[in-house]
Amino acid sequence: MLDSNKDSLKLEAMKRIVAMIARGKNASDLFPAVVKNVACKNIEVKKLVYVYLVRYAEEQQDLALLSISTFQRGLKDPNQLIRASALRVLSSIRVTIIVPIMMLAIKEAASDMSPYVRKTAAHAIPKLYSLDPEQKDQLIEVIEKLLADKTTLVAGSVVMAFEEVCPERIELIHKNYRKLCNLLIDVEEWGQVVIINMLTRYARTQFLNPNMNESLLEEGNDKAFYGSDDDEDEEEDEKDKKAEAPAMAKRKPYVMDPDHRLLLRNTKPLLQSRNAAVVMAVAQLYFHLAPKAEVGVIAKALVRLLRSHSEVQYVVLQNVATMTIKRRGMFEPYLKSFYIRSTDPTQIKVLKLEVLTNLANETNISTILREFQTYIKSMDKDFVAATIQAIGRCATNIGEVRDTCLNGLVQLLSNRDELVVAESVVVIKKLLQMQPEKHSDIIKHMAKLTDNIQVPMARASILWLIGEYCEHVPKIAPDVLRKMAKSFTNEEDIVKLQIINLAAKLYLTNSKQTKLLTQYVLNLAKYDQNYDIRDRARFIRQLIVPTEKSGALSKYAKKLFLALKPAPILESPFKDRDHFQLGSLSHLLNAKAGGYQELPDWPEAAPDPSVRNVEVPEWTKCSSREKRKEKKVEKPFYSDSEGESGPTESADSESDSASGLESGSGIEESGSGSESEESEEGSESEEEEEEEEKDKKKKKKELKKPVQESESEQSSEEEVRKHERKNKQRKSDSESESDEEDDSESESSRSESEDSESETEVKKKKKAAESKPPSKPVKKEKKEMSLLDLDDFEPAPSPQVTPVNTFLSSSLVTDLEGLSLSDTVLSPATTSPCSALKSYELLHRITGEGLCVEYCFSRQPFSPDGNMVAVQMQVTNNSTSDTKNLHMEDVKLQSGMRVKEFPEIELLPAGESATAVMGIDFCDSTQAANFQLCTHTRKFFVSIQPPVGELMRPVFLTENEFKKEQGQLMGMNEITEKLTLDAKCRNEHAIVQSVITAANLSRVPCGSDRECSPPVPPPALPVHRFAGRTVTSGSLVLATVASKEEGAAQLTVNCEKMVIGTMLVKDILLALTQ
Amino acid sequence: MIHSLFLINASGDIFLEKHWKSVVSRSVCDYFFEAQERATEPENVPPVIPTPHHYLISVLRHRIYFVAVIQSEVPPLFVIEFLHRVVDTFQDYFGVCTEAAIKDNVVVVYELLEEMLDNGFPLATESNILKELIKPPTILRTMVNTITGSTNVGEQLPTGQLSVVPWRRTGVKYTNNEAYFDVVEEIDAIIDKSGSTITAEIQGVIDACVKLTGMPDLTLSFMNPRLLDDVSFHPCVRFKRWEAERILSFIPPDGNFRLLSYHVSSQNLVAIPVYVKHNITFREGSSQGRFDLTLGPKQTMGKSVESVLVSSQLPRGVLNANLNPSQGTYTFDPVTKMLSWEVGKINPQKLPSLKGTMSLQAGASKPDENPTINIQLKIQQMAISGLKVNRLDMYGEKYKPFKGIKYMTKAGKFQVRT
Repeated sequence: MLDSNKDSLKLEAMKRIVAMIARGKNASDLFPAVVKNVACKNIEVKKLVYVYLVRYAEEQQDLALLSISTFQRGLKDPNQLIRASALRVLSSIRVTIIVPIMMLAIKEAASDMSPYVRKTAAHAIPKLYSLDPEQKDQLIEVIEKLLADKTTLVAGSVVMAFEEVCPERIELIHKNYRKLCNLLIDVEEWGQVVIINMLTRYARTQFLNPNMNESLLEEGNDKAFYGSDDDEDEEEDEKDKKAEAPAMAKRKPYVMDPDHRLLLRNTKPLLQSRNAAVVMAVAQLYFHLAPKAEVGVIAKALVRLLRSHSEVQYVVLQNVATMTIKRRGMFEPYLKSFYIRSTDPTQIKVLKLEVLTNLANETNISTILREFQTYIKSMDKDFVAATIQAIGRCATNIGEVRDTCLNGLVQLLSNRDELVVAESVVVIKKLLQMQPEKHSDIIKHMAKLTDNIQVPMARASILWLIGEYCEHVPKIAPDVLRKMAKSFTNEEDIVKLQIINLAAKLYLTNSKQTKLLTQYVLNLAKYDQNYDIRDRARFIRQLIVPTEKSGALSKYAKKLFLALKPAPILESPFKDRDHFQLGSLSHLLNAKAGGYQELPDWPEAAPDPSVRNVEVPEWTKCSSREKRKEKKVEKPFYSDSEGESGPTESADSESDSASGLESGSGIEESGSGSESEESEEGSESEEEEEEEEKDKKKKKKELKKPVQESESEQSSEEEVRKHERKNKQRKSDSESESDEEDDSESESSRSESEDSESETEVKKKKKAAESKPPSKPVKKEKKEMSLLDLDDFEPAPSPQVTPVNTFLSSSLVTDLEGLSLSDTVLSPATTSPCSALKSYELLHRITGEGLCVEYCFSRQPFSPDGNMVAVQMQVTNNSTSDTKNLHMEDVKLQSGMRVKEFPEIELLPAGESATAVMGIDFCDSTQAANFQLCTHTRKFFVSIQPPVGELMRPVFLTENEFKKEQGQLMGMNEITEKLTLDAKCRNEHAIVQSVITAANLSRVPCGSDRECSPPVPPPALPVHRFAGRTVTSGSLVLATVASKEEGAAQLTVNCEKMVIGTMLVKDILLALTQ
Repeated sequence: MIHSLFLINASGDIFLEKHWKSVVSRSVCDYFFEAQERATEPENVPPVIPTPHHYLISVLRHRIYFVAVIQSEVPPLFVIEFLHRVVDTFQDYFGVCTEAAIKDNVVVVYELLEEMLDNGFPLATESNILKELIKPPTILRTMVNTITGSTNVGEQLPTGQLSVVPWRRTGVKYTNNEAYFDVVEEIDAIIDKSGSTITAEIQGVIDACVKLTGMPDLTLSFMNPRLLDDVSFHPCVRFKRWEAERILSFIPPDGNFRLLSYHVSSQNLVAIPVYVKHNITFREGSSQGRFDLTLGPKQTMGKSVESVLVSSQLPRGVLNANLNPSQGTYTFDPVTKMLSWEVGKINPQKLPSLKGTMSLQAGASKPDENPTINIQLKIQQMAISGLKVNRLDMYGEKYKPFKGIKYMTKAGKFQVRT
């Protein structure tokens, strides 16, 4: 049938073959016939042929080679699906000869456009590795490359490959650690499990033990035991916690690495996963990595898993049992969830019992014992036996209830079931050993039982007890021996041995009464069938019965036999399990499984955290990093500006934005000079830096405020110089402007926004108005531009169409207000101005050896490439020597990103500053751009990460357009948050200002009512709308802030790119609520 | 990861095997059979069995053992969870997951397994994606043949897997757009001899059947979300919004799925819907025992208690039971000693009871254990925790869907000790 022309017949044939394979029948004879069909057009036939091929290729290597070319062709197919499945099958064929082909295919697929193909490549890696481990090095390269992939689809698979091929190469993870943490929640569930397990190991090697302080206190000697021992201490810790508290204060405080925190924070939501494996993975992560106070969160999730299938319960209970030994408090509130139901399978019952026993303490023991009483009546005898053992353990662990337990157990001795009685005897024996004095009556009671109990183990236990404590029961003991001697021949071996023991002990303590009996027993034993017993008898006879020949040992016989024996310790079988990673197979089996990776101990000192730095936003990290070396670039500010910038400007984009900025401050100079100065220059000041180190993140918000005062002196000089320069610059600027198109226009308007708060806002409006131009004639724009440049304050006789026009004028009014405000407040004490441009530190003065670089997003179009975001850098040389040849090198980017470097700065004299502009295409992602900043002497690694608000450019929309667009971006694309506005920013200005500061959006003029009356009284419940497009893809970003009474407000963001939308909401929210 | 999978039926035949890496001989299952022999009950077979070269991880569902063979360290829950997912998928495809169903559809099963695992690592486990890849057998296979001939079927695979919502098929179309949600709560309780509650908790799930065209974005809000203590979501639910607003916002998968499972916070007292009066005694020396059981409604908030089923495992010594139910029927299996009584609806005016005698093995001493009584029941139109859905809204699509919410309370693991 396979040779037929008809697909349907082939299909039928293949189905039968597959059915044979499924049943485990050998179908390898058909190989040649099947392989022919590998090129069949029908997809289902093809799939079945693949199934067959993968199954039998190993056995028929030569014939399998026939099919390879088909797959090679498939690898080039334009359809990503076909490429992926070709690679999948190709890599599943275990034929050694094709290893090079596979290697090639994997490498190619690893850089495929389609993430799906890349995922398949990741899957292929372990296949190839198992086929030919020699390829390891090459495969590691591929893994490294794929680890850098930022799609969620690939992440899980590549980590799996990493775990199988090179789990020891932990350093490959550094650069991707933060990305993995952040992506985690979006990865498919199976990938999550693998990633979490891997990250647990990673974190163990890279971070300090969060519980270290406590463990340190426990033992006087410090470091030695961070890792391995701390577990043991923890239990005690738990108890001693209170006592510790005061002492703790003295210790050097432990500060958790932010990356450690990131991991904990990002995994926590996964406790809510429906997949038990994910929940377990997170639970073990928390158990192994979290500070003790936080581990508790996992208990609830684990208890939830107990509702699941019994296999899941089994595994979870095993792990819970281990956890309860260390962290009993965690599960105490859930005690009742571990109560046993009669329908549970025995193995589950036993495990639950284990957990209950571990959880028992003084306060809950009575409830637990009451439960145990019910369990003892169960029909499941194995379970009953386990319960009795559990009671015994509770009794040993908790002194107060020992007597109660003992009494309970003694009652059980009258149980009708032998097994129960026997088990009780054994447990009682252990308990009695702890305090035999008080319990001679129990021993007597047990002595009576010898008549009834048949279970050998129990009989042996009783005899041992009587022998051991014969002094407490002097009358009964000989009697028991008498009875035993009578039945000696019928006893089990284990009992016989104990009879001999008993006899010997009695002989030593009470030889008068028992001498004959002992002799008798020993004689019987002498002829026993079991050589063990014969040996024992002979040995004892020599030892205790004095004869002429008896050696020195017999003098010590009494000591030998009646030495005090240590009480046995009843402990949990889960006691030592926790050196295995929880949730692992090895833990479950309590034996190392193949391929198990030991969970490393905590390091004594944290390895350099900067290795993970790649993507770190500058403002959070760089100041403290040693590795950073610096350098930045810029355009000579003071000396060269005229000469150089003038010419370049008209032609070159970089100078554009720079000049734009400058011109902005130039204007402002006329009104509120010092302030703007600060906002620009403030970043250079030392105070700033210090502050930065301290509050890193806070910075986002009001960057400049605190700096100002301290700076005022300094700035006053600088001011003068600057103003000069700026004036010049401005001239050149305006000259060149005529050449420039709308780029420069929005630039200049933008730069103005650097002024004071209120001003900015207004300017923004203007800018918004201007950016409308796409639809307007160029000429008009120009006019408007010059208008802006030359004089802001006059009502513009702009020829523009009405809406814009009126809008402008109205905004100018506010503008004026704003200005006058800032004028009056100009003094150094000014607190409010929050520059529209936040600057971030790229290179700290100290790490940069005197070179200090800050950057800000100038928000001007980067003219060489519209898809790039302009980044303006301010380089200051604080060192004593000149810096030469400042340029950038070695740019490392995520795929798709591009960078336009800034021109080399040839010379930066000591004490001088310069600015430079570079363009980065972030591809609408907040991934960082990494590069080296080089001077003639040094290289510094730096990275720039954009806040999401900078990834967009403003667009002008009318209210109607806005609403229309918004209507199309509903559903998933819409994100709404409610918020309460900060008291400071309830007025309109403040809101607009905050939003615009947070994101590069333009305001949408609102309400037609405004058109008629310029200084509009704000509507009762104003709605502010903002619009922009992402820089790279041009996706629309719409933001709406609807304020309500009492500072309540609602923020809505509509954006095609959900990720951007979500991040933007967060940023704006932050801006508005602080 | 997972090397091979064997399906073993109740009588110990391996009726399907699938290998993802090199072939593992089926003789490896002998270790499993050994363990099976040692375990007295089928569910007592340990889920993880170590053998010299492999580890066997098994789950038992529908009286079929799914035995996965693995060779190296892997989280056991990972495998167990995956095996359960396999069973769920089979059930989804064939309606039931029985040996016969699997044998009848062996090719589909094979194709499914092939897609679900690649080299032992899970690849596609979302049923929506799988259904795009492999049509469920209900659709005429001949149709599929012609369709799969064209390349665009292939195109469909990545779209599902690549999209932001991997759980939803693309291009869904219905003439009747409907979304049904079933809020089902189960009471787990242990009641002791005297009728007082030892432990009781409510676990609930919301199962959804959503048949909506396009890409609907749904939000579901509750009147009293605070009741929900511990929740776990289908991956489609946006966790952030739940955290912030206690609203379930999601793009649903197509078809049936479990949206949410939750646990009602333990502070709330759990209403126990029925009470049981029981008197089960064995007299010393006589070979007779008395059995007397009466059920009555307790806190049912005016709803009637339906589909009541009482079952009890009687002591081994019981030979036979001669009982007289006031309503319904009872059966007693003398081999397993399982007594079950189908009561049906409880009529508060005339309480159902089951009375009679049990005959014991002659000469045997009286059993000292007391049987526990397991109760199953249903109460329609009520969620016992009081949870109420406030509203369901749909965004992103223009049409008006038909929406329905159903509440139900069941007994979960409801046991009465005697």
